[in-house]
Amino acid sequence: MKYLLMAYVNEGGFATLTKDQQDQGLAAYGAFMEAMKKAGVFVGSNRLQASTASTVVRVANGKSQVLDGPYADTKEQIGGYFLIDVPDMDAAISWAARCPASSHGAVELRPVWDMGALAA
Amino acid sequence: MNSREGDEQARSTAEAVARRSYGKLVAFLAARTHDVASAEDALSEAFAAALADWPRNGCPANPEAWLMTVGRRKMIDVFRGERRSEIASEELQIMARRLEAAAADADRMGEIPDQRLALMFACAHPAIEAGIRAPLILQVILGLDAKAIASAFLTSPAAMGKRLGRAKEKIRQAGIPFGIPEREELPGRLETVLSAIYAAFAEGWSDPGGTDAERRDLSEEAMFLARLVTELLPEEPEALGLLALVLHAEARRRARRTTDGEFVPLGEQDTELWDSEMIDEAEALLRRASTLGSVGRYQLEGALQSAHVYRCRTGRDNWAEVVQLYDALLALSGSPVVAINRALAIAETHGADAALEAMPDIETDVRLAEYQPYWAARAELLAKKGAHDEARQAYERAIGLERDAAVRRFLQRREAALGN
Repeated sequence: MKYLLMAYVNEGGFATLTKDQQDQGLAAYGAFMEAMKKAGVFVGSNRLQASTASTVVRVANGKSQVLDGPYADTKEQIGGYFLIDVPDMDAAISWAARCPASSHGAVELRPVWDMGALAA
Repeated sequence: MNSREGDEQARSTAEAVARRSYGKLVAFLAARTHDVASAEDALSEAFAAALADWPRNGCPANPEAWLMTVGRRKMIDVFRGERRSEIASEELQIMARRLEAAAADADRMGEIPDQRLALMFACAHPAIEAGIRAPLILQVILGLDAKAIASAFLTSPAAMGKRLGRAKEKIRQAGIPFGIPEREELPGRLETVLSAIYAAFAEGWSDPGGTDAERRDLSEEAMFLARLVTELLPEEPEALGLLALVLHAEARRRARRTTDGEFVPLGEQDTELWDSEMIDEAEALLRRASTLGSVGRYQLEGALQSAHVYRCRTGRDNWAEVVQLYDALLALSGSPVVAINRALAIAETHGADAALEAMPDIETDVRLAEYQPYWAARAELLAKKGAHDEARQAYERAIGLERDAAVRRFLQRREAALGN
């Protein structure tokens, strides 16, 4: 079953770290990704730019609205995501716990709709 | 006394009783009815009633007895209420009568009999799925909610709630006995209780910094349970061994982190930070256990802790003895986790090559591929041997699998220390 792991982090946090701490932090993410690949659960991942680069679009009654900034203005923002394929929720939780973001932020995990199963 | 003070006093009395007697009250209500879920519901209603009544009328002289009386009435009401709907109404009537009779006995005796051990044996019965036994004991004896338990066991709260519910249903329907097994059956049945308590402790222990309040509590709760079993079964050497093991591990808690939160491995810990009172108690327990004539897994693990403490405190090499203890433990358990620790000890007596040889085979147990301590141990052994590239790969694997940020940083430092 596929799960999306969304890493919520304090965006200002990274800039306050020393160069060594930044390198160590990035290396931890690298090791986490590598471990998922070795375990054969990794499907995809991306690191996102800061939420200041975000734009929200809505169209209502034929009228469009474009707003600067993230959808929800919270202290912690999605900084990246990992898509994994694991047997069950418990396995997904154990990978989420290993994600460095769960130590310095939070990781939300959501099961992905299986559209193939729906069509069958 | 104004009403706010009364509220606070009632609340703190209720909390104190809950902590001390929750399991005792659940055990009493459930032992006659085999209905753990109803016992918990009745009791939580009784606690709610206490919070409403005690601030108004003052705390009763015997709060435990008060809660028991109210809880018992609520439970009997539920049984009587189900009379029309449930086919097994006669059985429910019998249960209600049994409960009333037992309560009358307890009133006459002036105290509630302690049946927590019987309840623990029911929760850890072989018919109950092994993985839910520890969570079940934590919930029914200590009153922990599914959310806290799920967090500690890294599973979803909703799923944990359902599994706990199913296990209680099984106890009720399958006629699982509430009692202390007969002499000849006792060691085997006790093992399931002890391993459930150990599982709870191990979950708490995985957060040695105690930064996560829920997890930290869990290791304390597990220690409480281990102590409870030794109080109720003082002549069981393995129960004493488990308490000793838990005390030894707990005694070193403060030394496992620097003041700024970095991980400190056993060999580099400041022994002055260890809790010597806990260590003394553990040692005394192990000595007592050794006079009771049967060695088992927990005594061996306790003895290993004891050997580590001796070596770190005196600086005297005792690795040969440590390897022997691991040999015995491995023969008993066959556990790959034990094999990993044994290999690390062998590295000290026979060098890295022999140790790598002694590591469990990842091909025969695929779970090891996702087990951080396997990769960390392998990395250490490869580093010791001078195989830096392979060591680096193993460290990377361990870092990627680790949950604790401080341990992750420790492994990163070890990897960086490899140089080129």
